[in-house]
Amino acid sequence: MYNCSDLKKGLKIMLDGEPHVVAQYDFTKPGKGQALYKCKLRNMITGSLFDRTYRSGESFEPAHLEEREMQYLYQDDNGYVFMDKKSYEQITLTEETLADDKYFLVDNMDVEILMHGDRGIGISLPNFVNLRVTQTDPWVKGDTAAGNNKPATVETGYSLQVPSFVEEGTLIQIDTRTGEYATRVKQ
Amino acid sequence: MEPNWQLARKRSTIEHRARILHQIRAFFIDRGFIEVETPARIPVNAPELHIDAILSDGWYLQTSPELCMKRLLAAGYDNIFQICHCWRAEERGPRHLPEYTMLEWYRRNCDYHQLMHDCEGLIHHLVGHKTFIWQEQEIDISTPWPRITVEQAFSQHSSTLLSQITGEKKFSELISNEIEPALPRNKPLFLTDYPAIQGSLARPKSDDSGCVERVELYIAGLELANGFTELTDATEQRRRFEKEEKQRQSTGKTPCPLPEKYLEELGALTNAAGIALGVDRLIMLLCNKPTIDEVVCFTPEQL
Repeated sequence: MYNCSDLKKGLKIMLDGEPHVVAQYDFTKPGKGQALYKCKLRNMITGSLFDRTYRSGESFEPAHLEEREMQYLYQDDNGYVFMDKKSYEQITLTEETLADDKYFLVDNMDVEILMHGDRGIGISLPNFVNLRVTQTDPWVKGDTAAGNNKPATVETGYSLQVPSFVEEGTLIQIDTRTGEYATRVKQ
Repeated sequence: MEPNWQLARKRSTIEHRARILHQIRAFFIDRGFIEVETPARIPVNAPELHIDAILSDGWYLQTSPELCMKRLLAAGYDNIFQICHCWRAEERGPRHLPEYTMLEWYRRNCDYHQLMHDCEGLIHHLVGHKTFIWQEQEIDISTPWPRITVEQAFSQHSSTLLSQITGEKKFSELISNEIEPALPRNKPLFLTDYPAIQGSLARPKSDDSGCVERVELYIAGLELANGFTELTDATEQRRRFEKEEKQRQSTGKTPCPLPEKYLEELGALTNAAGIALGVDRLIMLLCNKPTIDEVVCFTPEQL
């Protein structure tokens, strides 16, 4: 069982017999009052999004979903296509189902598809993915401070802050749990 | 090996933080306060229904330095301040860290009105202008800052009147869901005079309102400081502690002894007031950062 202190964005829990994922999470504690855990939950089957507030002491059943290892192939008009490497069976996940996870898909990448019956309702990403920077301002010569940052866009259209020494074409590692830059990838 | 950029990128904020800490110390020292350091690991904290301390080798990490600081007050120290770390179990969010930095100051021979005056002076000293901007919200700090009582806040911003609220749970829910979101954000604001149950160490008001002289400072909707005129009646304090501790135990929490030395020495204290201010949140405001993570060198997740 999970308790309130396990709540965070991306946690998957069972609610009324259906899997839900925490889409947004906030912790508030007014004055000397009781802690409130304010969540936006998404029903992973219907896609519906709603607010739910929890108080300390409440517990949650983890959503144990069947996972199938598949390979990401490509994006088409219907969504994102994955293939089971053993059976060659293909399934499509919609953009809505993937939400922000879509930014971290690289062609031919292996991911775990979370299944509900024979339907894919989400994916489980590796903690780190490597993506190439497609747009960022050039490195200003003389800017050697390690802490300086600037915006950049990677090949999937995802935007993030990167150190000033990262240039267009650089392959970078991104932490999929936080969406933040981790390091450059040596090639 | 590339330097850890998540740490490196905070450098200018951490430099700003260091300057703010220096300015806070200068503010209090210039006004005749003594900076004190009291132990972070103590036998027991004041019992609080919704604040859980972290065990440390049989004793506890402080959830606030209040008990030791008030023992110094009772021993005759007039004006004291401290900047220290405090620990509160399982408090983590965009505005909470389980280990955080607290500023507390105490004065003898005054009440909570003086604390509000101190807050106005401190923020002016740190900002240096009439306004500042936090997350696109301009905040006008010209004084005096509005003071509204909890009773007024409920009648203005809530569907429920303060007099209609029975449970403590309902009170904090309405404060969190209705009052706090409705408070004006363009000026700092003091919320004052809480129901007695919401201020276990605060002095009752001299009228018959059933309220205590407690104040909370909000800036841009962020709860920044909590202070009160100290309750100096040791018998009444013991009664309140016993009640609070009983409530703690009724919710299944591990029993804690009462802070006996504090209760013993409280009898020597008359007329005093003190306030605790969350330093990390203050730095969030002054450095215009959206989360508490941005203003500390390390979050627990980075350790």
